Amino acid sequence: MTMTRLVGQSVKRNEDARLLSGRALFVDDVHLPGMLHAAFLRSEHAHARLRGVDLSGARARPGVIAAYSAEDLGGYWKPGPLLVPPPPIDGMIFRQATQVPLAKGKVRYVGEPIAVVIAESRYIAEDALDEIVLDLEPLEAVVDLEAALAEGAPRIHEQFDSNLAAHAVQRKGDYAKARAKAHRVISRRFHYDRGIAGAIENRAVVAQWDGRAEEMTIWDTTQAPIPIRNGLAAMLGLPQSQVRVIAPFVGGGFGPKIMMYYPEEVVIPWIARNLNRPVKWVEDRRENFAATTQERGQVHDAELAVAKDGRILGIRDVFLHDTGAYDPYGLTVPINSQCTLLGCYVVPQYESEFRAVFTTKPIVTPVRGAGRQHGVFVMERLLDIAARELGIDRVEIRRRNFIKPRDFPYDNEIIFQDFQPLVYDSGNYEPALAKAAEMIGYEAFIRDEQPRLKKAGRHVGVGIVSYIEGTGIGPYEGARVTVEPSGRVRLATGVGTQGQGHFTSFAQIVAEQLGVRTSDVFVVTGDTRTFDWGTGTFASRGAVVAGSACHAAAVAVREKAIALAARLLEVKPTKLEVKDGRVFLISDPSKGFSLGELAQQANPLRGAVTPGSEPGLEATRYFGPSRGSTAS
Amino acid sequence: MHPISLTVNGQRVAREVEARLLLSDFLRHDLELTGTHVGCEHGVCGACTILVDGEAVRSCLMFAVQADGTRVETVESLGNEDSLNPLQEAFREAHGLQCGFCTPGILMTLGPFLRENPSPSEAEIRAALSGNLCRCTGYAGIVEAVKLAARRAAPAKTQR
Repeated sequence: MTMTRLVGQSVKRNEDARLLSGRALFVDDVHLPGMLHAAFLRSEHAHARLRGVDLSGARARPGVIAAYSAEDLGGYWKPGPLLVPPPPIDGMIFRQATQVPLAKGKVRYVGEPIAVVIAESRYIAEDALDEIVLDLEPLEAVVDLEAALAEGAPRIHEQFDSNLAAHAVQRKGDYAKARAKAHRVISRRFHYDRGIAGAIENRAVVAQWDGRAEEMTIWDTTQAPIPIRNGLAAMLGLPQSQVRVIAPFVGGGFGPKIMMYYPEEVVIPWIARNLNRPVKWVEDRRENFAATTQERGQVHDAELAVAKDGRILGIRDVFLHDTGAYDPYGLTVPINSQCTLLGCYVVPQYESEFRAVFTTKPIVTPVRGAGRQHGVFVMERLLDIAARELGIDRVEIRRRNFIKPRDFPYDNEIIFQDFQPLVYDSGNYEPALAKAAEMIGYEAFIRDEQPRLKKAGRHVGVGIVSYIEGTGIGPYEGARVTVEPSGRVRLATGVGTQGQGHFTSFAQIVAEQLGVRTSDVFVVTGDTRTFDWGTGTFASRGAVVAGSACHAAAVAVREKAIALAARLLEVKPTKLEVKDGRVFLISDPSKGFSLGELAQQANPLRGAVTPGSEPGLEATRYFGPSRGSTAS
Repeated sequence: MHPISLTVNGQRVAREVEARLLLSDFLRHDLELTGTHVGCEHGVCGACTILVDGEAVRSCLMFAVQADGTRVETVESLGNEDSLNPLQEAFREAHGLQCGFCTPGILMTLGPFLRENPSPSEAEIRAALSGNLCRCTGYAGIVEAVKLAARRAAPAKTQR
């Protein structure tokens, strides 16, 4: 059987016509009759005791429908869940302090929501924020990571005896041995600063309660619509079937939109139900800078024990990780730093210790790389310094330390963020580096160009960095492929889209199996009404995990179509081919059926079916990897 | 409230608006022309770029009342899903978009630019795009798309 390869081809994207014509739906494009608008009052203090919130002035303004502080939420007010429990590392400390829907008793970062006003327009709601009177006692801000852990530092969470959020040590071998036999020990301190993701689309939530259907619909700029649905159903006390979360087109995710149960995400649906009116909240850019989760700051004290020939004998890294005011995402980010530091290299002895620190700054959750590049930065700087001190070329020192192809799968003997041992499945790094060096003309640059520029007074450098990424992590994703009687192919998956091209790449996978055009596959992602098993779009795992589920579902539908056609034509399945939307006899292509005809046959209105068979040309499949894969 | 009357995508529109209503909000929420996106509301990101009397402007930096008597064009005035215009088509072919949120603003910026400068250099294209932020960092594809559109629009004799 021949099959046209579609996967990997550069094709026009299925989603682009909608996006280019301004017809794609983003959350702020949702307009509903009777819709109200929310504005949040946010803390202007990094750290303060909150003694009282007086909403009477705000409530009295014309056009204001309601206003709420933490007290007004009653029993609904609860700290968010711990999204990712810490992995099982011996002797680790982890202190859980998750974000709250609206601040109660204390504010812990600038931007933390204190109250929300609901009004006929966003303009009126923002006006009313000015009428809210706060009784606040400012406290000292906790900004510096080392000062945060010092004796007597102001405590952000008073239930704990310090601002320590977590402490973990992971070891491979015995670093002291490496140090003892090192030709040289290189120690440095490395700072990695905070940053924001800054997706071009800010966050937004629209919630609509239908009292007669007892159904909540939520449009949310989330990377994880299904977990949001499950969590909000539990919080709202509704069956999961009565909560529908739609993540339509999302204008960039980059990690902060995988943060779940943001205060606004929790509060808006509750208010919509409470008022029985649709409510919209759209983050403005200023809010985005302060109240959307951020990228991590870290300070590393790292040490490299190196042999005379540049071989790594061991590395010790002690680092501080800024988790911000709360730690809902567990230890994903610092564990990523800890594990990814090892990179492509043989590190016989490794000791890595980190302390996560609460600060009076926005919450830190995964952003673009989720802490991996911090580790990479430390390792690659150490190698550059070692190369300089030992007089070895920077490409060469990396080459000497690469894990060799024969050594895979390679066990790093520590635990990764998916709780599994950090084992690299495969890799062959040397040719990649050689090719990169050749492509940029590395040797000629070092030999001729750089000295020439230097003579002319220009200091121009070249950087060499190797990077591999643990991705393709579980737990699983799923997909359902359906052929409609019209011949149209539908694909549904839970993995929402933020620009990755899922409408096309997943369609390619299915189209290839069913012998249809990529543009013939209609993809729905990120709508829990259509598919509601899965975890979300994160860690660059969509193509590996959801893509594999799409493949499995498409293969199942293909087999179903062939089996049905074989029965109808009274031939063996091996005599049939699937191409151009048809299943037909290889020996006589005129004998066969379109996929639409088979879909009809597979769903008869009368008559008997084979017991145990499933109706329709449809299949749902799941894919869950045993552990992550290593992209290089 | 102030009465305003303007032409939006070729249609006469008359409304009563508050003096403080941003033109971007007027287009998006009053007229439900949601193709114009809002990314920063202070004139930095360029996502809300539209044409006012043929000139590219940021609709978040104008009040609706200031558009009284003008001719406004938004992304909805370009080709629709079934018949993209040549610039839109070039974006599709050259993968000049990822999440697509910044795209309408970029298209509206480029319309007048390509009319004034039909065969721009890469440096000129990049300068023209300097007021439009793409956070998916797809500028290589965007620049490629503009070159493709310019090449196709060029008269046959100048085509190489």
